[in-house]
Amino acid sequence: MYAFKYEKPWSLAAAAALLSESGDAKLLAGGQTLLPAMKLRLAGPSTIIDLSKVPGLSGVTREGDNLVIGALTKHVEVMNSAEVQKSIPALAHLVSVLGDPAVRNRGTIGGSLANNDPSADYPAAVLALNGTVHTNKRKIAADDFFKGLFETALAADEIIERVSFPVPEKAGYEKFRNPASRFALVGVFVAKTKDGVRVAVTGAGESGVFRVKEMEAALAKDWSPKAIEGVKVSASGIIADLHGTADYRAHLAGVIARRAVAKAG
Amino acid sequence: MSATGIGAAVRRKEDQRFITGTGNYTSDITRPGEVRAYFVRSPHAHATIDKIDVSAAKRMPGVVDILTGADLAGDKIGGLICGWAITSKDGTPMKMGAHPAIAADKVRCVGDAVAVVLAETLLQARDAAEAVQVDYGVLPAVVDPAKATAKGAPQLHDVAPNNLIYDWHLGDKAATEAAFAAAKHVTKLDIINNRLVPNAMEPRAAIAEYDQGNDALTLWNTSQNPHVARLVISAFVGMAPEHKLRVIAPDVGGGFGSKIFIYPEEVVALWAARRVKRPVKWVSDRSEAFLTDAHGRDHVTHAELATDANHKITGLRVHTIANIGSYMSTFSSSVPTYLYATLLSGQYAIPAIYAEVDAVYTNTAPVDAYRGAGRPEATFVVERLVEVAARELGLDPAEFRRKNFVTSFPHQTPVIMTYDAGDYDASMTKAMEMIDYKNFGKRKAESEKNGKLRGIGFSTYIEACGIAPSQAVGSLGAGVGLWESAEVRVNPTGSVEILTGSHSHGQGHETTFAQLVSDRLGVPIDTVSIVHGDTDKVQFGMGTYGSRSGAVGMSAISKALDKIEDKAKKVAGYMMEAAADDIEFKDGKFTVKGTDKSVGWGDVTLNAYIAHKFTGGQLEPGLKEGAFYDPTNFTFPAGCHLAEVEIDPETGKITIANWVAVDDFGNIINPMIVEGQVHGGIAQGVGQAMLEGAHYNADGQLVTGSFMDYAMPRAADLPSFKVDTTVTPCPSNPLGIKGCGEAGAIASPAALINAITNAVGHENVPMPATPSVVWKAAQGGMKKAAE
Repeated sequence: MYAFKYEKPWSLAAAAALLSESGDAKLLAGGQTLLPAMKLRLAGPSTIIDLSKVPGLSGVTREGDNLVIGALTKHVEVMNSAEVQKSIPALAHLVSVLGDPAVRNRGTIGGSLANNDPSADYPAAVLALNGTVHTNKRKIAADDFFKGLFETALAADEIIERVSFPVPEKAGYEKFRNPASRFALVGVFVAKTKDGVRVAVTGAGESGVFRVKEMEAALAKDWSPKAIEGVKVSASGIIADLHGTADYRAHLAGVIARRAVAKAG
Repeated sequence: MSATGIGAAVRRKEDQRFITGTGNYTSDITRPGEVRAYFVRSPHAHATIDKIDVSAAKRMPGVVDILTGADLAGDKIGGLICGWAITSKDGTPMKMGAHPAIAADKVRCVGDAVAVVLAETLLQARDAAEAVQVDYGVLPAVVDPAKATAKGAPQLHDVAPNNLIYDWHLGDKAATEAAFAAAKHVTKLDIINNRLVPNAMEPRAAIAEYDQGNDALTLWNTSQNPHVARLVISAFVGMAPEHKLRVIAPDVGGGFGSKIFIYPEEVVALWAARRVKRPVKWVSDRSEAFLTDAHGRDHVTHAELATDANHKITGLRVHTIANIGSYMSTFSSSVPTYLYATLLSGQYAIPAIYAEVDAVYTNTAPVDAYRGAGRPEATFVVERLVEVAARELGLDPAEFRRKNFVTSFPHQTPVIMTYDAGDYDASMTKAMEMIDYKNFGKRKAESEKNGKLRGIGFSTYIEACGIAPSQAVGSLGAGVGLWESAEVRVNPTGSVEILTGSHSHGQGHETTFAQLVSDRLGVPIDTVSIVHGDTDKVQFGMGTYGSRSGAVGMSAISKALDKIEDKAKKVAGYMMEAAADDIEFKDGKFTVKGTDKSVGWGDVTLNAYIAHKFTGGQLEPGLKEGAFYDPTNFTFPAGCHLAEVEIDPETGKITIANWVAVDDFGNIINPMIVEGQVHGGIAQGVGQAMLEGAHYNADGQLVTGSFMDYAMPRAADLPSFKVDTTVTPCPSNPLGIKGCGEAGAIASPAALINAITNAVGHENVPMPATPSVVWKAAQGGMKKAAE
């Protein structure tokens, strides 16, 4: 780890001010990606802004037809939340298979989304549920938020406050793990909301999480695994590495999507 | 059988300190005034070192010194060596390139050390290491052993043209060719035995301290064999004479072979400690371990098996290219030769065998012994060939094996080994009963109903352990003898200290060795302590590897205990005024035969030291004896593993449904520890077969350089094993022990791949059989079935 300056602001405004002052400052939420990267000297931010004392960033609430989760809410809190289990059980399941107990006890939804790892679980849920990312500056729709590999629409001085999810009629998440890292080799979140059907695939895309519109159209007509049997996910733009060829991951996206639909019921 | 004697499942004495965090590992040790060492390592797989500028780095905070390969050469510190000489077919010796502890002119793999920074803190050392400026002249690299000898391939060492270290052979070529010419059927396989990273839980570490007053050095290191480390560092590296160098291997957290070898970092630590006159501490981090620990396996093999009209195996031939990596590690030459080709007869009576092995340099980490060392590679070749041959011949794989098993002993194979005892059919039959082999078809049909593929695979393995008769290995090129030593020190109050050369780093010697002593002397197990790992305490020892600690190390203890018993009987004789020959010793009591006169163990040990009952002319006081035990043969553990898998053809995910292991380890001291060894071995073998694989890209970068990409086996990948044993005692050692440490890793890869290939219906499934690989194979298999 390289030496860095440590800040612990007590308000969101102070955090944002610190963030805009320093060119390469990093926000610290759960630190489950940032800290290992710093220990390996793969990241060396000049300043760390610890968000743990900023009030109002944590917790789960139901607001009308939306489930709202604070950015600093830990995975384990989402997993165990009665409200999440009632409103979007697929989301509670997603968090239960995210990382390991150590990660779930520290990692946060805001940290995961801001990092936008192409193999992370949460982006699939946000995109498939057509969630909204609320920041200190604006609201960003899921379709506009994920911009590519480890890239988001967040501006340099922008901080996620919370994420809202429309409560779906049906939703399911299925994940096939990378045998080494246990991240998603392919993870698919399917959801049917009043706005329509969405299918989001994580782990497979060279540019991160993506939607499969053909599956969405097919499922809109007939919500069943069979309905998407004929839909092929193209292997172009799909990650190919030691753990799986692009053909394999593209094929797996179909298999896992069907299983996610079956799970959603 | 007593509750703590031979055969009892005694809980491990050492676990109290290990599981309460009170063990003492090398990195737990802090010496006053120590500096931390951090190595500057090459980011290139192959490059000339054109210039090293340490001036800016030397001025950084906390830096004590920065040393390079030029400094090492200037101090005339010798390079590392490979201690087993192999001779090529044409009679020329193997071509060993120089291996300086810090590269001076050229780097040959990513991670090759080019400088060492010594600083007050690790952080300061790391910061300064980044400021060391090295100008490299990058050269093309070769990583694939099959391409290393090709025309135009990058050349690693001038002494080894075409990167060929040796081309060696074993067996009767003409007889084997004749067998193939006359064969009714020939089975052919191309096999890649995948490269593995050892990944012991404790990374390597070293602390060196220089005692200026006595001009003596002490090294604490993570070693499986501290005496051999001292010998090599003294005699070959030339660091200090043996009597001025103490090597201590304290608690060591796993080795699996990777801590047998003498590594550059411990040499540098010693040299640097003497130069800066302060203790020097180096602890590997996991990323360094991936790059610099000696890797395992990495063979490319073509193998063929000849059978006659009666389905008898008549010949076997293999050609193997063995990747040695960038430098020859300590025992690297022996692994793909005498630890490999000598086991190619498997459990079978094969009249003719011929093996050719080309060992080659590549721009990768050195490759050396890793759990099983050569024997897993041999078993994989033999057991895949036999299984595939049975399938091609339309025979049940068990029947084909039974037809070809060695059934009378001793059995001389065409590849050196003389099998001494075994009952191969017994272990296979038992394993088949345990897995309910006859109902496999029903289970397969059930799986198919659920859209799953099911397969079953055998591995009837044999290994040569109890390494090894010194004269025999000497004649084959070993630079050392492979006996073991023991010293038994009995204290006046009757407690016992056993000094052994068999280092324990996970095997449980502190328990099993104490069980032997408890059994022999009738003393409570808690009054026996096992001392190992310090060259100042134990006079000499050869260390722990090759499943030798039981068969060789305990045999030495047994020999020393014989002497203790003889001496104690003499003491008891003087105490009871009887001849020593008339004394019986049983359950810790010395009795005059035919009388009720007896004295206890504690009385005798006290009398041995107070020496009031005999004169100096009659008997020496004290009770301390030593012994060296040199085995007369290898031991031959063998058995049968059966793996049953269910595969989801849509995803390629393998579920191991059943795993049965029936092993013949000869006599067993502690069945619980043996079972644990089998479990761990299977886990490593399953790791090799379906998870682990070290992968270098064409530029020589290790792509699988962390656990994010290198898949270690986890509990969830494994089933509940069904483990049992059959026993044919080993006739060549006094305890009848064969050894159990490597069997699981040797047997299991073939069993698993045989099961997977059985399930998918064709033989082309490389290791590791990841979901992606298995999915592709299942597609192929299903297509084949549809045709």
